[in-house]
Amino acid sequence: MNFGQSILEALESLNANKLRSSLTMLGIVIGVGAVIAMLSIGAGAQSSISGSIQGIGSNLIFVSSQRSDAVRNPKPLTIEDAQAIADPLQAPSVAQVAPTIQGSLEITFGRESVTTSVSGITANYSQVNNETLYQGDFITVEQNYERASVVILGPTTAENLFGYIDGVVGQTVRLDGQPFRVIGVLNSKGGGSFGNQDDRALVPFSTAQMRLIHRSPSNRLDSLTVQAVSAESVITATDEITQILQTRHRTAVGADDFSIFTQQSILDIANTITGVLTVFLGGVAAISLLVGGIGIMNIMLVSVTERTREIGLRKALGGRKRDIIIQFLTESSLLSLFGGLIGIFLGWLISVIVGKIAVASGTPFTPVVGLDSVLLATLFSTAVGLFFGIYPATRAANLEPVEALRSE
Amino acid sequence: MEAVPVAEECSVDNPVIVANNLAKIYKMGKVEVHALVDVSLQINRGEVISIMGPSGSGKSTLMNILGCLDLPSKGEYILDGEPVSTLNDDQLASIRNRKVGFVFQSFNLLTRSTALTNVELPLRYAGISSGRKMIAQEALEAVGLGPRIHHKPSELSGGQQQRVAIARALVNKPAILMADEPTGNLDSKVGQEIMDLLLNLNKESGTTLIIVTHDPEIAAQTQRVIKLRDGLVEIS
Repeated sequence: MNFGQSILEALESLNANKLRSSLTMLGIVIGVGAVIAMLSIGAGAQSSISGSIQGIGSNLIFVSSQRSDAVRNPKPLTIEDAQAIADPLQAPSVAQVAPTIQGSLEITFGRESVTTSVSGITANYSQVNNETLYQGDFITVEQNYERASVVILGPTTAENLFGYIDGVVGQTVRLDGQPFRVIGVLNSKGGGSFGNQDDRALVPFSTAQMRLIHRSPSNRLDSLTVQAVSAESVITATDEITQILQTRHRTAVGADDFSIFTQQSILDIANTITGVLTVFLGGVAAISLLVGGIGIMNIMLVSVTERTREIGLRKALGGRKRDIIIQFLTESSLLSLFGGLIGIFLGWLISVIVGKIAVASGTPFTPVVGLDSVLLATLFSTAVGLFFGIYPATRAANLEPVEALRSE
Repeated sequence: MEAVPVAEECSVDNPVIVANNLAKIYKMGKVEVHALVDVSLQINRGEVISIMGPSGSGKSTLMNILGCLDLPSKGEYILDGEPVSTLNDDQLASIRNRKVGFVFQSFNLLTRSTALTNVELPLRYAGISSGRKMIAQEALEAVGLGPRIHHKPSELSGGQQQRVAIARALVNKPAILMADEPTGNLDSKVGQEIMDLLLNLNKESGTTLIIVTHDPEIAAQTQRVIKLRDGLVEIS
């Protein structure tokens, strides 16, 4: 029996029971659609998260102080720590060190007032953190030296204060009641996975330390962002920083009062989490595909019972077991193949809609329907049809022709 | 050069069916039902015979065995020179395909397919792919359905449906044609047309015709009547 003919015949018989065939297919459509949607949303989330982690900068190491019960006299990170790490003799793998001090302050302009996160930064902050300006200039070394009263605003902060962004540079706002001149507006980074990075303000480190954010001891800082000279030297740099801080803080071995994360480690963790989520969601979706397969088996069994007489006739006319099996397997595989194709379309549609919703709610995020997941879904759904078709098909093939012909 | 086949056709010593001591025992629970007790018969090539008998006489069982739909419990059956009793399911299917044509009381056409596709079915199972449509079309023309080959069974009358079934039975040029009450679902006029067609086809192509019937009028048109009673051939 040739293959094209079997397919034509299977289509005829599926067509004869349109409602039943489409309901059976619906199970597979939903299963495959769910798998495709989940995989693509997972892949989209993964690339969006790793994109925003990489957007922070390159080859970064984050150092912060950490309280621990194991350390008797925990010492905070200080400016002197930062200077020691920045010393090329002590840490040759370190390219730049950007210390920050952070606080939440009220900024006012006229009658408008907003409370936002204010960071004291050094001149190299923009390089280390991949910051670019929409208008104006960055904070310079001199301004840091002079404790200048200047501020750079995030685009959202500027918008909130002034109602517009263009021409904000040169205006004077008040931070904590003190006048500051706006010297720049940051470019929008979008609301990434770490909250809105557009709503903030930057001031010179020394200004923040002396006049805005009071810490004790006064040389204390909140975090250090260190840039390694190259991607390969990130690990060496981490070791050097650990060495320096352990020596300077005189901590016991294995009990540090600081913590170090590399950008890569954060990326790895994020990838692991999104990977696990994708597998989990895909697995749940695969269960619905399985249920769809059982639906196919159910309907094929009904079909075999209904067509007992036809099967008997086919055997009387010379149909071998193989011919009957092929006939029913073709039907079940076609059901699941069509279901799979429609399901791929549905899954794609769902992921596009999810992407649109994400954009509308301010989190740019592009679900990716990969060729691999399309192939996987097609193969898997056809395999489901074949697998769940085997039992009904063998049952049909093993009918006795005499008995089958006698049935009504 | 045509002398040999002609001689064979007429010869009494050219049997297409040889059955020796056929018996069929069905087990229903613990009770054994002897549907056929001991049947021996011989049917010659080109013969037209009818099998008659009251219900329960074993005529259906005999038809099933002669048509290779079922195997005898005991005895030997040779169809067109091939011993059948020891074959497996797929070999039996192949024998049915090549050597037996079936015509049923209720036509048994595939309702979703056209007359042509129905007639093509045995050719497909025979593995013939080229010229299949033409062979099927010729078979339909031979039963007088040339213009209706693309009609579905629901668009045909009972007599026309039975003609499709006859075309389907003959399309593989079988050695025997088994007709099980072929006129049972038809009124007497159409039934007689079908009978005439069957007899004509027998005359033209020499296909052995075996008709299972309980209608004496049908049986009277055949050359020989085999009467069954209680699983045995009744000697008249």
